[in-house]
Amino acid sequence: MDQLVALLGYEFVQNAIAAGFVIAIVSGVVSGFVVARNMSFAVHALAELGFTGAAGFILLRLSPVLGLLAGTAVTAVFIGALGVRARGRDVVVGVVMAFGLGLGVLFITLYKGYANQAFAILFGTITGVSRGDVILLVAIGAVTMLALAAVYRPLTFATVDPEVAEARGVPVGALAVAFLLIMAAAVAEAIQVVGVLLILTLLITPGAAAERLTPRPGLATVYSVGIALLCTLGGILLSLVTNAPVSVFVTTLSFACYLVARFVIGPRRRELRLATAGGTAAQEKATTA
Amino acid sequence: MEKIRPAVRFERVTLSYGERSIWSDLSLDIAPGTLVAILGPNGSGKTSLLRAILGLVTPSTGRIEVLGHAPHRGDPGIGYVPQHSSFDPDLPFRGRDLVRLGLDGHRWGIGLPDAAARGRVDRVIASVDAESYADAPIGRLSGGEQQRLRIAQALVADPQILLCDEPLANLDLRYQQTITALISAWRERTRGTVLFVTHDVNPVLGLVDQVLFVVSGRWAAGRPDEVLTSERMSELYRSHVDVVRVHGRIVVVGESTESGFNIEEPHHVPVAVEPH
Repeated sequence: MDQLVALLGYEFVQNAIAAGFVIAIVSGVVSGFVVARNMSFAVHALAELGFTGAAGFILLRLSPVLGLLAGTAVTAVFIGALGVRARGRDVVVGVVMAFGLGLGVLFITLYKGYANQAFAILFGTITGVSRGDVILLVAIGAVTMLALAAVYRPLTFATVDPEVAEARGVPVGALAVAFLLIMAAAVAEAIQVVGVLLILTLLITPGAAAERLTPRPGLATVYSVGIALLCTLGGILLSLVTNAPVSVFVTTLSFACYLVARFVIGPRRRELRLATAGGTAAQEKATTA
Repeated sequence: MEKIRPAVRFERVTLSYGERSIWSDLSLDIAPGTLVAILGPNGSGKTSLLRAILGLVTPSTGRIEVLGHAPHRGDPGIGYVPQHSSFDPDLPFRGRDLVRLGLDGHRWGIGLPDAAARGRVDRVIASVDAESYADAPIGRLSGGEQQRLRIAQALVADPQILLCDEPLANLDLRYQQTITALISAWRERTRGTVLFVTHDVNPVLGLVDQVLFVVSGRWAAGRPDEVLTSERMSELYRSHVDVVRVHGRIVVVGESTESGFNIEEPHHVPVAVEPH
């Protein structure tokens, strides 16, 4: 405990915690939509091409954080332009991802003495972020949250009930592209903590665990943010104490949260069961089956 | 007597996708307060008709008027019950939330707590008798329960026209009657207009004022007893078709062809009929 308090006095620790805080909030909110829209493959592609962007920017001696963002944003635009409909989207994602990763390989070969930074981007670097990085991450996070707040209701409508949303005048196609861009920013943020290869631990697991805890959409978002905060900040602190990489703890904590939500807490939640009064739904299911 | 403005008017409307014409030269006035059943085999463009009224597809020729104006996306005068689609059972979303989307889901922003809106959602949920499961996850409800909530969602913004796309498909007989009764009660109460796409007219036969039957781009409209006759149906299908009334039900039976019956709609073709 004393060791932990002493650690909190260091600037690099404060930077990591501040960045982790913002990143966890963004990841928690976005992951609910990623799960509901079934977009885990797109998240993965965005992350891998974020790597290509970062590698390219490092080669040009520019900020790797901006490189990540450039990589994910360009990918989002490509996927959006080539196919936003669910059918065929995975195919487009695969096509774009394969080409982008090829570029990443090229950038690595061109840059000498690269191994460390490549490792950091692939597995997470949060304890190495500078004060400047923190400010950049907070700014990206704030813009992302504002954008998400602006489209929150129609995006929910388009996600849950696209036919009626379209009939009610919701621009379903434009929102799909907007959400890809929001995801691009969230991915660039989350890579700071867990790296490219473990991105799903922050952009899928919190949302997947939260939906096992409540049927209320607002509350599910709150739970998802809570879980992302617990995993990120818990992971950073455990990593500082033990010197093992952050991503090891974040992935372990988030997996534990999912298991507890799914098998321990979820099954005990009355409001998640089939019928809330009198078992009408259960009876009817039995009669129609 | 002053002529009442029709709720929906089709003036020589042709809709085509590329080269393929879905229906051609459709002219029809739908008076306010009527219930119209839109019938026809699969792929005859029944859903496209609803989409044209919603402003989601534009006819290639002719003019559609909805409540006195051209169709436009997001028309608040229209409530829409889409064809059955299922929800993920783990989706954190309740029936109540689905209904709420019908009220203000299309607006920008997060949506702050709003007691008036909640009151409206509560009232419409009560009006379709769905209170007991409105707080359960939507994906875990039965098809009939989901359909009640869909009707509530379509009605919550007080539309003047209700468009229903196969609202009785996948429902057992008891729920078919419940849903029909709900729609009928809404029409009585508000004098609203209902357009009801269905492949089987029988569950709503007692309520229907007008039927529109579409077959391969051709159409026939009028009172059920005018349209659902052997002559009109044979003309539409361009082959010999019998319209039979058995036990108060109407059955449209086609002659057999090499590939089976010439009417591909299974609900119109009783298995017991011998091909001649």
